[in-house]
Amino acid sequence: MARITASVYTSHVPAIGAALDLGKSGEDYWKPVFAGYDFGKEWIKEQKPDVIFLVYNDHATAFSLDLIPTFALGTGASFTPADEGWGPRPVPMVHGHPELAAHIAQSVIQDDFDLTLVNKMEVDHGLTVPLSLMFGQPEAWPCKVIPFAVNVVQYPVPSGRRCFQIGQAIRKAVESFDEDLNVQIWGTGGMSHQLQGPRAGLINREWDKRFLDRLIADPAGLATMPHIDYVREAGSEGIELVMWLIARGAMADVAGGAQPTVKQRFYHVPASNTAVGHLILENN
Amino acid sequence: MALEKPYKDVPGTIIFDAEQSRKGYWLNQFCMSLMQAANRARFKADERAYLDEWAMSEVQKQAVLARDLNWCMQTGGNIYFLAKIGATDGKSFQQMAGSMTGMTEEEYRNMMIAGGRSADGNRYLGEDGDAQPHRQPQGAAGQKGNA
Repeated sequence: MARITASVYTSHVPAIGAALDLGKSGEDYWKPVFAGYDFGKEWIKEQKPDVIFLVYNDHATAFSLDLIPTFALGTGASFTPADEGWGPRPVPMVHGHPELAAHIAQSVIQDDFDLTLVNKMEVDHGLTVPLSLMFGQPEAWPCKVIPFAVNVVQYPVPSGRRCFQIGQAIRKAVESFDEDLNVQIWGTGGMSHQLQGPRAGLINREWDKRFLDRLIADPAGLATMPHIDYVREAGSEGIELVMWLIARGAMADVAGGAQPTVKQRFYHVPASNTAVGHLILENN
Repeated sequence: MALEKPYKDVPGTIIFDAEQSRKGYWLNQFCMSLMQAANRARFKADERAYLDEWAMSEVQKQAVLARDLNWCMQTGGNIYFLAKIGATDGKSFQQMAGSMTGMTEEEYRNMMIAGGRSADGNRYLGEDGDAQPHRQPQGAAGQKGNA
């Protein structure tokens, strides 16, 4: 049977991808950011996941205002890295897992979550920067990736509670798939940042740290936090953090299993406009 | 009946909701068109003529021509869409974000390196933080006005 072995959480700042692509990762500004992922890079070589279920948001790339799906599951066989206006990132093609994705669609929709299914879409930095942070710059990504795009661009975005619940439904779906697969679920975006208006540049270190504490120890309580708290405390784009609750909801303890082990916890300010947070939780 | 929008009292912030999205539909779709190199070239060659191909309001066109991102957002623009204009101009996301504060590029970058903008005084309209309307523009540009 397929099983979710671990969850990974990380910011997906586009400038991190640009720094890597342009060979700037050794510069003083970027060094401390990448150092936070040294552990994860080694850890994932040992873990060898077969599939990553990657929760991220599209940034007006695949989805314009013509179509705004709240939860979009990538059921296709491959996904091309997009040209977001600066030219496409020089990263490998992303290969999906259509069989597992179809199984998840069947299960999660029957559990009352009305997903949008996407067979053809380009993927932007929200998906490729986390892969780069954890895998570096390989010729090909070492595993399959199922993209799960969440609308956090146009309000209302899904609530933390809804995200936490859909994570639980995704876990149930994965663990009822017959093939023996090592699956990880990643939650990306955040942490505190605001990219717009006179309030641009907002960072809230204390709030971010509390968010990490609660994500580990009290995810159900954290999931009840209303959107306005994210906006006021963590900036208008800090709302991306609701996506971390999807990954957290898919962990074993939420379904009555053992508490996960915290394998890595990292926090750094700044990367461009953003606070960078990173966690690795392993199921026991 | 009015729906709940608790985010209207956050200073220096426009939340892109369904209402803003309706207002900004053509502005944002124009921005999306700049993801194609051929369109970027046509826009650069004659900005006004290219904008006139879109069903945008005159105010939206003026806001784009002025590269005033705060103004663009007031008329329904969303920062992720507006970023395509910045990309066309060869600007980084940090340069775009900084431009909305009135700070110079260097001032904004230094604020971020120093840990970013504090939430204190910037949670509710009417407080006295640096993102409040009565404290714009920020940085040296604002100090000049007070001298």
